[in-house]
Amino acid sequence: MNAIVLDKVNKWFGSLHVLRDISMTVATGEKVVVCGPSGSGKSTMIRCINRLETHQEGRIVVDGTELTDDLRALDTIRREVGMVFQSFNLFPHLTILENCTLAPIWVRKMPKSEAEALAMSYLERVKIPEQAKKYPGQLSGGQQQRVAIARALCMRPKIMLFDEPTSALDPEMIKEVLDTMISLAESGMTMVCVTHEMGFARQVADRVVFMDRGEIVESGPPRRMFEAPETERLKLFLSQILRGD
Amino acid sequence: MSDRKQPPPGLVGPVAWLRTNLFGSWPSTAVTLALLYIVARMLFDFAEWAFVHAVWTVPYGPTGIAQTAVCQDAKGTGACWAVIADKYRLILFGRFPYAEQWRPALVIALFVALFALSTIKAVWRRGIESRLVQNIALLAAAAIVLDNAAGLLDTIAAVGFGWHLPLPFDLLFLGNTVGKYALICGLLLLWPAVGVWIGTLGAIGILMFGGQFGLSPVPVDYWGGLPITLILATFGLAFAFPLAILVALGRRSTSMPAVKTLSVVYVELIRGVPLISVLFMASVMFPLFMPPGINVDKLLRAQIAVILFAAAYLAEVVRGGLQALPKGQSEAADAMGLSYWQKTGFIILPQALRLVIPPLVNTFIGFFKDTSLVLIIGLFDLLTMGKVALSDPPWQSFSTEVYIALAVVYILFCYGMSRYSRGLERELNSARGR
Repeated sequence: MNAIVLDKVNKWFGSLHVLRDISMTVATGEKVVVCGPSGSGKSTMIRCINRLETHQEGRIVVDGTELTDDLRALDTIRREVGMVFQSFNLFPHLTILENCTLAPIWVRKMPKSEAEALAMSYLERVKIPEQAKKYPGQLSGGQQQRVAIARALCMRPKIMLFDEPTSALDPEMIKEVLDTMISLAESGMTMVCVTHEMGFARQVADRVVFMDRGEIVESGPPRRMFEAPETERLKLFLSQILRGD
Repeated sequence: MSDRKQPPPGLVGPVAWLRTNLFGSWPSTAVTLALLYIVARMLFDFAEWAFVHAVWTVPYGPTGIAQTAVCQDAKGTGACWAVIADKYRLILFGRFPYAEQWRPALVIALFVALFALSTIKAVWRRGIESRLVQNIALLAAAAIVLDNAAGLLDTIAAVGFGWHLPLPFDLLFLGNTVGKYALICGLLLLWPAVGVWIGTLGAIGILMFGGQFGLSPVPVDYWGGLPITLILATFGLAFAFPLAILVALGRRSTSMPAVKTLSVVYVELIRGVPLISVLFMASVMFPLFMPPGINVDKLLRAQIAVILFAAAYLAEVVRGGLQALPKGQSEAADAMGLSYWQKTGFIILPQALRLVIPPLVNTFIGFFKDTSLVLIIGLFDLLTMGKVALSDPPWQSFSTEVYIALAVVYILFCYGMSRYSRGLERELNSARGR
């Protein structure tokens, strides 16, 4: 079964055409890495999947439910789709534990004690259970992003979306977040990940999707994409991004 | 870090602070000394006027009229505090029946106790979580609403058509009286702060109006002084604040253009006119639109005007806080599947309101003092009562003393608000490691 289906999706910001006929399917359990230069529409595309952005044309079906203006469908989808942001977006006025238990308690209607036990188990999984009583401002960037991953997992989502999760981090903190994501991938989670971490893509992605100027230019298994790019645009992009390696 | 060096001597401590800040160089030493002299001189002169040469009491003539000759003699050299001793009850309690003035005195004490209690954080925590108590409170609230709705319908029917509703009023009234206490007790258990506020404000109402528990009824026309100021400010801000939050949220709504337009029009309309004209409208024009027979009392009209006016200002302050929040907070809440009201209540408002504590308190303090404008529609608040006291012939020339005393009362309340807000800011920020 397909976890996510995008069918000829188009989106405009005013008169700017940011997504052009995007068609893509993500199978259950599949890990897809989306890359591309800035302004290519990759973040917009991933944000359309849980309707933080609305598309104007085409169909998006997530976990068997089509995204429309129907609020109930939206609620269903947002329960099943977790998201991790570039800027963490933890709630600074709540403790780490409260950040993690808020949605399970109020959206999943879980008893508080159960939600806290669940949150602690996920905080252990991202290796920071000892920080549970602290506030986000007291944690490092890498720790905050791991909390954000745990927070999303506390809703027990079927699909996880990552929007450049390591772009705002110092180099020495990128690894701890990527390690968390790799272990999550190994657990069989369906993942769509916008990132420039080619090592991560090589290691866990089933498929890499390259976007440029609002369209999907090329997609395929990571090995083929990186070693034998077919289009000039991907070749150019790879040469730019790998220059530093 | 056991062998961490101490800062060199002479860099910390009060002496060092004095040296760097007040006596850093010859010119700065000269300025410090000159200012010190001026301040000391002014304080000394004031102390001499206010305390050393002050007149504290005056003799009274055979007809009970104050003999203010002593004060007249001391004028210019000493303060005449005898005017306060003579008039303080008039100033504080207005024309409230003299024998009953313990009631407004108790009301003032209740207000102060309410404010003091509200500064304790534990009061605002949730109380017990009991389904039974919740249901009793809901039932009580329903009885009160039902009774009041029936009463209102009956009034409308009586005024409009000249007949009464065939309702079992005694039964409903019983529900209402018992219901009130049940509701307050329930709230005290479930949510102490709300119970304390509703209970205290209710007690204040009973004390002022009378007519219950063997208290003699006192019409609003006889109210005056500090209770008027406190009632207008407290009820005004307590109702204006939630309204302001709704208006601010409405103004930022993207999915409901009608609500947004309404909010914008409300804010711009109310903010665009002086408070005096809103008060005038409430007192003069509003009764013209009401059907004959329905008389909304002057204080209530002024109260509504203050609420509507304050809400427009507070709404813009709250909106400032909403705008200052990064968009990511709202997006993260959306992505987790929180509903609009969950998102607003748990994520957006707690952060937005924290950001705007200083301007909020600024507006609160401003409105506390602006309530004195109700004098133009014939309500006698604290400031107006000071003026009234000064119209007594023997005391006519001692306005300085009266106004200083009034200023002290205003400062006490405003400084209290300011201190509380500073403490709140510190507490909220330290909890987050900022």
